[in-house]
Parts: sequence; C-alpha cells; structure tokens
Amino acid sequence: MLELKNIKKQFSGRTILDNFNMQVPDNQITTIVGPSGAGKTTLLRCISGLEKTNSGSFILDGKSFDPANNRDNDNVIGVVFQDFQLFPNLTVLDNITLAPQLVLKQSKKESEKQAQKLIDQLNLTGKESLYPYELSGGQKQRVAIVRALAMNPKILCYDEPTSALDPDLRHTVENIILGLKKDNMTQIVVTHDMEFAKNIADQIVRVEPIKA
Amino acid sequence: MLHYVSEILPSLLSGAWMTINIFFWTLIASIPLGILGSLGLTSKIAPLRWILKFYVWLMRGTPLLLQLIFVFYGLPIVGIIFQRYDAALFAFILNYTAYFAEIFRGGFQAIDPGQFESARVLRLTRGQTLIKIVIPQVVKIVVPSIGNETINLIKDSSLVYVIGLGDLLRAGNVATARDVTLLPLVLVGIIYLLMTAVATFVLRKVEQHYRAWR
Repeated sequence: MLELKNIKKQFSGRTILDNFNMQVPDNQITTIVGPSGAGKTTLLRCISGLEKTNSGSFILDGKSFDPANNRDNDNVIGVVFQDFQLFPNLTVLDNITLAPQLVLKQSKKESEKQAQKLIDQLNLTGKESLYPYELSGGQKQRVAIVRALAMNPKILCYDEPTSALDPDLRHTVENIILGLKKDNMTQIVVTHDMEFAKNIADQIVRVEPIKA
Repeated sequence: MLHYVSEILPSLLSGAWMTINIFFWTLIASIPLGILGSLGLTSKIAPLRWILKFYVWLMRGTPLLLQLIFVFYGLPIVGIIFQRYDAALFAFILNYTAYFAEIFRGGFQAIDPGQFESARVLRLTRGQTLIKIVIPQVVKIVVPSIGNETINLIKDSSLVYVIGLGDLLRAGNVATARDVTLLPLVLVGIIYLLMTAVATFVLRKVEQHYRAWR
C-alpha cells in the first residue's frame, strides 16, 4: 500500500496541495477526481516523482520512499501520460523494450519475450514494427500502457486516460484498466470524467482547489 | 584545349583535395562540438550560457575571413602558433561550431518536454535519454539546416587563400593569371558544382533515412 501523508506542493508561492492525505490500497483502482485546476495532475506528478513536494512523506508498504529520487530503487511507479509521449523515433517494440534493456539490464531476447506477452494481452499483435505515427490514439495509449508495464511497476498511474480519445473508446479503456486489476495491478487514475471514475473505481479521492 | 585542360587539371585537383580536407575535418569536428555547444546554450548553469552566447555572437558576428587572419597572424602575438593548415582548420571549426550550436539549440527546443519526462519515469539516465530518444529527433529536425551550412562550407573553404593555403579556387586563380584565360575558373566552377552535388545527394539520403518515422 502507498500512503501519502501531509503532502504540500507550492508553485512559486501558490499552494496547490496542502496537507493532502491519501491511501492507495494494493490491487485496487484509486481514481483522483476534481475540477480542472484543482491539482489532480500535480498530485500525480508528485507521486511519479516528476515534481518535488515541499513537505510531507510517501510511505510504501510501511517504508518511507521519495518518488523524486527513485532511480536506484525498485520499480515503483509507472506512468501513462495524457498524450502518451511515445518515442516517435522508435518502433512499438523498441518503445517497449528500450527501458527494460537499458535500465533493468534485460537481454534483447528476454525483453522482447516479455513485451510480446503484454503486446498480445493488450491486443496490439502485429503492430510491433510500426512507428507511433502509424497508430490510432487508442493503440498509442495501449503501447504506452505496455511500455509502463514492461518495467514491472508496483503502481500504474494514468493521467486523464479518456481525454485524448474518442468518446466511444472510453469503454475500451475501462475494460483495460479493469482487466489489469484482475492481474493484481495497483492503479491510480486521474480523471475529470465522473462517470468513468465511478465505473472503474474501488476508491474515489477528491482533490478540491485551495481557496487563496 | 583538351591538352590545356589536362595540363592544369592536376594542380586544380590538388587544390580540390585541400578543399575537401578542410570541408571534411571541419564537418567531423564541428557537428559533435555543435551538439555539445547547444547543450551548453540551453544549460541551467547561467555563466556557461553567457560564455557560449558570447562565443556564438563573436563567431557569427564577424567575417570568417577576419577570423582566419586573426588565428593565423594574430594568435602568434600571444604565443599561440599554428601551421597554415592547422590555423585554417581551427578557425573553420570554431566558426562552424557556433552555427551548428545555434541550429541544434533550435532543434532541442522543438522537442516536447514530455519526452524527457516520459524517459525519466522509465528511469533512463540523462545520457541514455539524449542518445536514444532526443538526439535522433533533433537530428531529423535539423538535417535541412545542417545541409545548408554544409553546402556553404564547401564554398567558404575558398577563404583559406588569405593565409596562403592552396585550395581549389586559388589553383584556378593562379592558372588564370598565368595563362590569361578564364578556362581554369570555369573548371573550378564545375568542380565546386560536382562537390556540392555529392553533398546534396548524401544529404538527401540522410533525410530519406529519417523519413521512416514522424
């Protein structure tokens, strides 16, 4: 379980998160909802270590940990960005296997075997040698999910997973997230889409804007 | 006429060889240096940025001809003595590195910061991110501008005459003055055209290589 305690985050004097507390239970789906500008994405960026918090602590399975400095730790957080941020110069397969090879020191064969399993699982079979520009939005997102999963994270985070997709793809995203839950993946989903949140969430966390 | 051409061709080709040498080594050195320079120009360390900005301003703000003269005739005053050829290379590399640094800076700034973040959450190091992800994208963006400078470099190399090096244009000039005919200079023009044609062809191949992805 991941616990956030008294997290405070300011940007140039403006407080975004103040004494924010939250628990992310294992193998469950936690959604973070709230109006735009409330700090949902900032919260996710703090959890994934892209932003340093001003104060507060992160506790993972009873041990304190610093997401902003987790380079040498075990794999903790995987992130699926709103705009996916696939690497345009690499094929689907290379997008997925790059980090496992460079960071986890997996062999080419090993990383490709693991990638293929995830590729098949997420219905991307046959797309391995395509470049990101040749994929649809939904396919790009699934590649981004596979790329994050290939690093064996303990927790997978999504930033607004429905916002860059056609509305009728929302259901597909729900199925993917619920499918990963069956595989015991702990997931955090930031969304402004209440209906989507309700459909998938075990727990809904609200982030409200702080009145200045 | 053919007889005359075959008579002057060896000296023109030896001049062309000097041109190619200057061209090749300048390119080999100043492209990587330009990448490093562009990283410095976008660095978080302010003094490093200032120094590099000054350097770029100096190199782009004064004629290459003047820089050649300063390197060869000026630096010995402060005890730095170059042979003619080394002086030419040094001045060309300094000058072209500045242009390439500016081109690469533009390329780096065109990269979505999300690419760095996405590499970061995958726990790639900064070096891995640059080499595997960012630099290939930057190169794709800058190839046309680098190509322009590359073609310019072939012709700029003729400036080395000012410090007494015998390049292609000088060889043609010498023959023209001696034999009172423009024919050597026509040949010089043709040889330059051939060299730029080769460079254009190679650049097109590079662009095609990077067209595999968008």
